[in-house]
Amino acid sequence: MTASTLRRVRVPLPLSVAAAVVAWLVAWFANLPLANWLAFDVLRLEAGSHLGEAVAFFLLDTPKVLLLLLGVVTVVSFLRSFVEPERVRRALAGRGTLPGTVAAASFGIITPFCSCSAVPLFIGFVEAGVPLGVTFAFLVSSPMVNEVAIVLLWGLFGPGIALAYMAAGLAVAITSGLVIGRLGLERYVEDYVWTIRAGSAMPTFRPTLADRLHDAWRSTADILGRVWPWVVGGIAVGAFIHGFVPTDLVVSIGGSGNPLAVPALVAIGVPLYSNAAGTIPIVEALLGKGLPLGSALAFMMAVTALSVPELVILRRVMKPRLLAVFVAVVASGIIAIGYLFNAVAA
Amino acid sequence: MTNIQVLGHGCENCKRLEANAREAVAKAGIEAQITKVTDDPGIMAFGILSTPGLVIDGKVASYGRVPSADEIARWLKA
Repeated sequence: MTASTLRRVRVPLPLSVAAAVVAWLVAWFANLPLANWLAFDVLRLEAGSHLGEAVAFFLLDTPKVLLLLLGVVTVVSFLRSFVEPERVRRALAGRGTLPGTVAAASFGIITPFCSCSAVPLFIGFVEAGVPLGVTFAFLVSSPMVNEVAIVLLWGLFGPGIALAYMAAGLAVAITSGLVIGRLGLERYVEDYVWTIRAGSAMPTFRPTLADRLHDAWRSTADILGRVWPWVVGGIAVGAFIHGFVPTDLVVSIGGSGNPLAVPALVAIGVPLYSNAAGTIPIVEALLGKGLPLGSALAFMMAVTALSVPELVILRRVMKPRLLAVFVAVVASGIIAIGYLFNAVAA
Repeated sequence: MTNIQVLGHGCENCKRLEANAREAVAKAGIEAQITKVTDDPGIMAFGILSTPGLVIDGKVASYGRVPSADEIARWLKA
């Protein structure tokens, strides 16, 4: 009996899915009592003390966020295997500017975005006659409004801020798309893009339900494997801030009294791309210490929306001028959102 | 002889797809030649919108996902 013959014995699919769901639910409901028991009974920390609260926060939030990521990313990956970019493109090509831009930004929420796919996507969209502005609306919203960010926001801040982030992200994507569309920048797309005669392919083989589940599980394991150290690190730093950093310090640096706080946070956020999972828990703690909501949102949006690796890849299809306009328009949109939320909240 | 092409710029998923394709060829017990297409015009000529893509004998078998070796072996035998 070798490992390979053992592997042939397959557990029926519905059974393994049901087992996974039950295991997830058990872990979810055991989390709070377990965290409290560990912090206050096993480690004998004092409830209400700086250290006790910091440790309890860490023990509660780390499993909570990782479990949420595990569950939501699996479900989202599975569901979106049914959303084919080919269909999205066809739906976007034949629309007017405004409905097309809004639709593109909304599609950006559900479609996966991998910066290594940005180039084929861009060429494919432009080739099929999707206007440049509409294409940009998609390029902006797709990485910004992604499931990892939404899960972290929902888990750590609650639905209100997660939805505010989503709405703000859509607003920035739609506005950027409309502005870039109006500027008529087609000549700053690399010339070869217009000469490519792209075929139109539909995959020959359709994945089965089991294939899709396998895919979803695989990509979830991938994503979690990549982000978990950042999540744990981010929550550890967040827990420290919760317990020890004085509120006055945060308010004096990032508060609405400092007019340069929003642009400064955006400038810090751009290079932090791969750390979206690590920055959100830290922002959560800073928010609790008096960082205004607008500043916090702007910072998180800058982390997810603009990234250096993505810009390097997009340079292959865009001349520097177009790339610069792209960064400037998106960054201005994010800064505007920051000021707006700060003004409304104040 | 089956002609297999892996389309992609060389990201993690593309490497995994290539490895899966090699495993699938061994599993299916067929003769196949696996080549990589890494340049944009070459990739786009197949009309795919997201990488990695898998092309078997000139036909796009899948794109935007990494099919498992078992799945690819099934296609190779089809």
